[in-house]
Parts: sequence; structure tokens; C-alpha cells
Amino acid sequence: MSASGAVASQSLDKDASEQKSATKAGSSFADFLFRKGTGLVALIVAVTLLAVMISLIVEGWQALHTFGWKFLVTTTWDPVTNEFGALVFIIGTLVSSAIAMLIAVPVSFGIALFISELSPNWLRGPVSAVIELLAAIPSIIYGMWGLLVFAPWFGNIEPWINDHLGAIPGIGVLFQGPPMGIGMLTAGIVLAIMVIPFIASIMRDVFLITPPALKESAYALGATTWEVARNVILPYTRTAVTGGIFLGLGRALGETMAVTFIIGNANNLSASLLMPGASIASVIANEFTEATTSLYKSSLLALGLVLFVITVIVLALAKLLLLRLEATQEGKKS
Amino acid sequence: MNSLYLRRQLINKINMFIAVLMTIFGIFWVVWILWTTIRYGLPALNLHLFTQDTPPPGAEGGGLRNAFVGSIVLLAIAVVIGTPIGILAGTWLGEFAVKRKIGGVVRFLNDILLSAPSIVIGLFAYAILVDPLGHFSAFSGGVALALILIPVVVRTTDEMLRLVPGSLREAAIALGTPYWKMVTKITWKAASTGILTGVILGIARISGETAPLLFTALNNQYFSSDIWHPMANLPVVIFQFAMSPYANWQQMAWAGAFIAVVFILVLSIGSRWLLRRGGGKS
Repeated sequence: MSASGAVASQSLDKDASEQKSATKAGSSFADFLFRKGTGLVALIVAVTLLAVMISLIVEGWQALHTFGWKFLVTTTWDPVTNEFGALVFIIGTLVSSAIAMLIAVPVSFGIALFISELSPNWLRGPVSAVIELLAAIPSIIYGMWGLLVFAPWFGNIEPWINDHLGAIPGIGVLFQGPPMGIGMLTAGIVLAIMVIPFIASIMRDVFLITPPALKESAYALGATTWEVARNVILPYTRTAVTGGIFLGLGRALGETMAVTFIIGNANNLSASLLMPGASIASVIANEFTEATTSLYKSSLLALGLVLFVITVIVLALAKLLLLRLEATQEGKKS
Repeated sequence: MNSLYLRRQLINKINMFIAVLMTIFGIFWVVWILWTTIRYGLPALNLHLFTQDTPPPGAEGGGLRNAFVGSIVLLAIAVVIGTPIGILAGTWLGEFAVKRKIGGVVRFLNDILLSAPSIVIGLFAYAILVDPLGHFSAFSGGVALALILIPVVVRTTDEMLRLVPGSLREAAIALGTPYWKMVTKITWKAASTGILTGVILGIARISGETAPLLFTALNNQYFSSDIWHPMANLPVVIFQFAMSPYANWQQMAWAGAFIAVVFILVLSIGSRWLLRRGGGKS
């Protein structure tokens, strides 16, 4: 697919340069208009990100101006006294996403390994399709299922977590708390399920394009499948795999509805992962229509700005890592 | 030597077993979630869902008519705004900017927009349409959805146009066809299945979006067709009803969820099928 794409783009390039000289000769005003018109629309799409950023800065300015840097590092979120600090939600977002990645990365690796190395050919397509269904299910369905089905079930497991993981010295405090089912850990698990398809499909794609010659030479030396995966495939695809992980992280950070249903929506920090918490996205979803004062509303928009900046950085990193792979791929082909 | 060999074999077996386990683990969630929607959604289906509007708290009966109609209106606004913009921008990328640096930059920004949190897109729509106008409106919700639809369409249009063989373009140009005519009559036609797939996938993606509608289209207990005022829509009604303590509201939320999931799965499986069929032809 990418091979024919490269061929097409090469000859297209020729077309474009020929076309450029034709336009210069003044042969067609309509062509000029078509080129500039579509270019203008593309430009509008490209500056949308910038527009989002500017509008959030403008709308959040009141809060940022009133609280300054303290907005990012204080934990008070009190609409009554008009004091707003984002730290609880920033930590909530980071912690729930971190739990999600801890679960999703190994699972996605296993799935990608199964599809690319172990699965018989006929099973590849169906398994990929089923895993990708996870990405098609809307997040509100995850939220409903999480709140009404998964959380009650998970609440039965939490006493066990309390007794066993909670007894470990040091990290035990993370796993002590009332078994309510909802909370930071539940949100992390559901987020993990939601980002698995994104990470797994990128891993699968890059595992499948690892040059067979590399794999076969390792097999010929007597390496086992696991050794090939660990010492040949993974080093070869490291950049893209990291990119895929960052892409999943970007998704997890901004996920709203599912988290709003199951994180518990408590505006305070607690050491235990079993306790309810809140993320940036969940607090915006919950409180935005109730925000009565302009400072309150502005603080929520400033929270949106914080979320936007974090996710754009993560997604840009992901994209850059994935682009590097594409560049080496194309370099090898031509 | 022999023990080393056995140990390597053992490690291999264990890790491969874990990989199979992880795959089953992934499939397990799909089955569980879909099974839940069927189990609770199917019994809650009835004809009143389509003929009656959302009931007030505590009242018996009622349906989701206003929410269905509202969702269709929102999707229509998003498609009408988003599709032309997406296709034109994608055309520029796929026809005029294939190997140019500026094309790479636009592609990069578009891909980030594609994965940007939908709630932030909702805040943007609020900032540019709800705040200045002074009230929530279905139109602002449609614009928010369009902003999510556009990057999907841009990306597929770009990719599909790049798959069109260059010889097709050369043949048309050699006959003296103007470039714009070549694009609209030849390459768009050759890539039409792919572009259509992109639009369908985009619709599948936005029809379940809830977060950007919470503070744009808001919700409306009554039937409304006025796009300049708040309008009921399926995702927000599901959200409100699922979180409520009333049993009949929760049941209706499951029915709505079931219908939404079926709609989205039909769209995404349908577009996959369309792409495979179209891909086989070219």
C-alpha cells in the first residue's frame, strides 16, 4: 500500500511542478483559484489548534491573572470562597492515565505479538477487528458499563486488594480504602481498556513491517520466538512503539465521559487509589454548567487550557516519534 | 548446554502463553461491554421510545423521540459544515502538497487535532459561539462535532488521493484537462469510495460524542427544532438518565445506549466493508 503511494506521490510531484510552470504561463486562472482555495481551507484547518489555544487563554485569563502560578500548585477548589487551584485535578489526570498505561502497554504488546508472530493467518484479521471494536465503542457506553456493571463487580474484589496489596509495606497505602468500586483505580482500568486498541494497532502495524530477513536470520541462528521479539523486533521498532504509547497516553489524558462516570468526583487528594478522585476533564464536565460566577467559569476554562497544553505536547511527541519511522521507511524504499 | 536450551524454551513458552492470554483479555472486554448493552438495552426497547419525548423526573412512560431527532439535527449540521471543509483541505494535501514541507506541517497539526480531547473542542465551541451569543444552541454543538469530524475527513481524503495512481493524472493532463477539472472529475472519482468511508467513519466517531455537547447543545426536555436554542440529544440524555436514581430513566438510557452502539457498529463495520470492496477494485 505504501509502496504504491510512494510511486503515486513521485509522479504526482512531477505533475505538480509541470502544472506550476503551466500556471506561470497564465494558462488557467481556474487552476490558480482551485489551488489557492483548497490551500486556504487547509490553512484554516491547520490554524484551528492555534485558535483553540488562544480562545482558551482569553477565556481563562481572568483565573490565570487572579491566581498566577498558584493556580497550578494549590489544591483548594472552593466555589463558595472563590478560590481555585488546579493541582488536585492535574494529579488526578496524571495518576489515572499512569495506571491506564501500566496496564495497557503490556497488554497491547501481548496482543500485537500474538497477531504478528503467533496467530495463524486466518485469525489475524478477526482478532484485529475485534480489538479495534474497542475503539469504536463510544466513551459514554464505557462510562455506563463502568458505573453500573464493572464498578459493583470490582467492589467485590477490592477487599481482597485491601488485604493483600494493602499489606505490602511502602506501597501498601495505595491500596487501602473502602471498597466502593468507583475511584481512581477503577478509572485507570477502564481507561486502559479504552486505549488498548490505539496502542495495540500501532504496535501490530510496525511489528508486521519488521523486515523478514532480520527475523529469519535470528530464527536461523536458533532464536526462540520470544528472543526474536525481544532482541530483533522490539529494538527495530522502538521509536514507533514509543510513539504509539504516547498516542495512547494522549487519549487517556483527555478522556472525559468514562472517567466522569467512575472516578467518583471528589475534589480532594488522597493517597489511596481506591478513594474517589477527579480529573481535569471530569471536573469540567461536571461543573461547567453550574459555574455561576465569572471567575469560576474562567477557572474551568483555564483548566481546559492546562489539559489542552499537556495533551498537545504528548501528542506532538507521539507524532514526531511515528514520523521518524515513516521517514526511515521511505528512505529505505527509494 | 541442554539445561540452557530447556530454559530458553521454557521462557519462550511462558511468554507466548502470556501473549495469548493478553489477547483473550482484550477480547474479553469487548464481549463483556457489548453483552451488557444487549442484555440491558434489548429488553428496554419499545415503540414509545420513538413516539414520545423524554419524561420529567418521576413520571412513568415517555421515550427518546426528541433526543433522536436532536442527534440527527446535530449530526446533519456537523456533516454539512465538516465534509466540504475536510474534503477541500484533504484535496490540497493530497494533490498540491504531497512532498512539500508545508504539507507535512499541516498533516502534523491535523493529526494532533484528530486526537485532541473532545471536551477541549467543546470548550472552544463554547468560547466562540455560546459565550458571544449569550445562550446555548444546537448550532454550537453541531460546530463542535464538525471540528471533530474535519480531521478524520482530511486525513482519509489525503490518504486516498495519494493512492490514486499518478498515471491517471498524467493521462488527463496530457489530454489538456485543466488541473481543477482533472481533480474533480478524475481523482475525486477514483478516490470516492475511500473519501466516503472517511466521512462515514467520522460520523461514527461523532455520533457517540458527549463531552463537547454538555456545554454547547446542552439538553432540552421538550421537542425542539430550533437550532439556535438548546436541543435534546441522545448522548447527553443517556448521560443524564444513566446517572439518575430513577429506574425508568436508567432503562431508557440503556435502550438509547443500545441503539447508539448498533448505529455506530453498523457504520464502522459498513465502512470497513466498503473500503475493502473499493480497495479490491483499484
